[in-house]
Amino acid sequence: MKIQHGLTMLALIASAGLAQAQDALQARSWAAACANCHGTDGRAQPGMESLAGANKDDLVKKMLDFKAGRKPATIMHQLAKGYSDEQIVAIAGYFAAQKK
Amino acid sequence: MQRRQLLQAGSALGAIGLMSGCATIGGKGPKVVVIGAGYAGATAAKYIRMWSEGGIQVTLVEPNDSFISCPISNLVIGGSKTMADITTPYDNLVKRHGVQMVKDRVASIDATQRVVKLAGGSELPYDRLIVSPGVDFMWESLPGMNKPGAQDKVLHAWKAGTQTVALRKQLEAMPDGGVFAMSIPLAPYRCPPGPYERACQVAEYFSKAKPKSKVLILDANDDVTSKGPLFKKAWAERYKGIIEYRPKHNVVDVDAATNTAKFEFNDDVKASVLNVIPGMRAGDIAVKSGLATANKRWCEVDFLTFESKAAPNVHVLGDSIQIAPLMPKSGHMANQHGKACAAAVIALLTGKQVNAMPIYNNTCYSFVSSEDVVHVASVHRYDADKKTMLTVPGSGGVSSAANELEGRYALAWARNIWADTLA
Repeated sequence: MKIQHGLTMLALIASAGLAQAQDALQARSWAAACANCHGTDGRAQPGMESLAGANKDDLVKKMLDFKAGRKPATIMHQLAKGYSDEQIVAIAGYFAAQKK
Repeated sequence: MQRRQLLQAGSALGAIGLMSGCATIGGKGPKVVVIGAGYAGATAAKYIRMWSEGGIQVTLVEPNDSFISCPISNLVIGGSKTMADITTPYDNLVKRHGVQMVKDRVASIDATQRVVKLAGGSELPYDRLIVSPGVDFMWESLPGMNKPGAQDKVLHAWKAGTQTVALRKQLEAMPDGGVFAMSIPLAPYRCPPGPYERACQVAEYFSKAKPKSKVLILDANDDVTSKGPLFKKAWAERYKGIIEYRPKHNVVDVDAATNTAKFEFNDDVKASVLNVIPGMRAGDIAVKSGLATANKRWCEVDFLTFESKAAPNVHVLGDSIQIAPLMPKSGHMANQHGKACAAAVIALLTGKQVNAMPIYNNTCYSFVSSEDVVHVASVHRYDADKKTMLTVPGSGGVSSAANELEGRYALAWARNIWADTLA
């Protein structure tokens, strides 16, 4: 019983861990699509805003403001509308976790 | 059930362990060969090395010494930028990322034996192959361009490099009062707004240096294929009396000796400088290798992995592919292909799941002068039912008007994408 229970727990932890790893890889791929302008892993070249190591909540708020048209922009209001709120949170989480 | 789950989890973890083991040994692990170090191929090579933490060996085959960017190259033709501004060496791919660069051309691909044969004679075995040779021209559709010397006189300048410089020299040598005529092929072709941007760049140069000269755009398409209202506004206001636009002008032959373009239905056009952008298809090696399954012109791929629909373990990227609806053939998009493919190739080589929901964007800036810019942007998302990439409804758009702020963003975009691709 105990062993069985232990194995079940281990399997659950392992599969949850795998799902998490998959999600992390997906967020990394989504975030990589921002690198063309904002630099690899969000470390930008001069003239563009770096996203690496930014505060996650700030990034999410900015993107949601672009998306809702509350924050004026040349291009980001058009790009932000292509992402769901959940995708924005995942992408912001990836950049927040990167070294500046 | 639980036991099987546990075993599956264990094997996946084992694969991760193996990967990091490879990184410490070096020179071991699965082999990926990439053909072509443009926006797609160089990006794929860099990201496979970076994301596999060195666990996958990458050999990148490229005949050119350095990367010369097509984006911004129209500014070299206009005279406000130099070749040095658009040229980046490949050495960071080698030094920082451990990509093995081979300066050669590919002679053939043996997809059964999984070997790439180089013109220089050596052979490169692979576990997965990435083919990103860009475009080549359909010269057979322009008989006169196959005469000796014709292609040296009537330039395309649609692959940045020696022709970019040569076209600039032709414009500099042209007497004031001359006509620069540029022909545009039927879509799809590389960089939809590129020809219209070039017209603006040449017109700006003429307005300053040769004010009696004209720019004549001969477009095979029914109308301007990208950013139409923004370009037409620039032509009507900034370049009034300099630029003339003629749609539905499909060039069917060229007399290079007299700089004359011939059309299906319209009268011949003779120009002081004739710039013919021919119809395009996937790069020669892709066509020769049987990968161009769409009209023998473009390569069909699975948009989750960019694996060819014609050959297993072979991926095709960038301008060579049969594009998804509203997906442009652009450097920005090619770079996105490179990253999506890199993630998929790593997953496939390590027994992991491929990302089921790719999302990426395209942003494209066009210079209507040496400073003012207009953009078009779009976001593309995988559609599992249609098995292709579709634009997200309500997203994307164009500039409200040409502006100097976006001119600065456009140059920052260039610095960033060059670094993302090559540094």
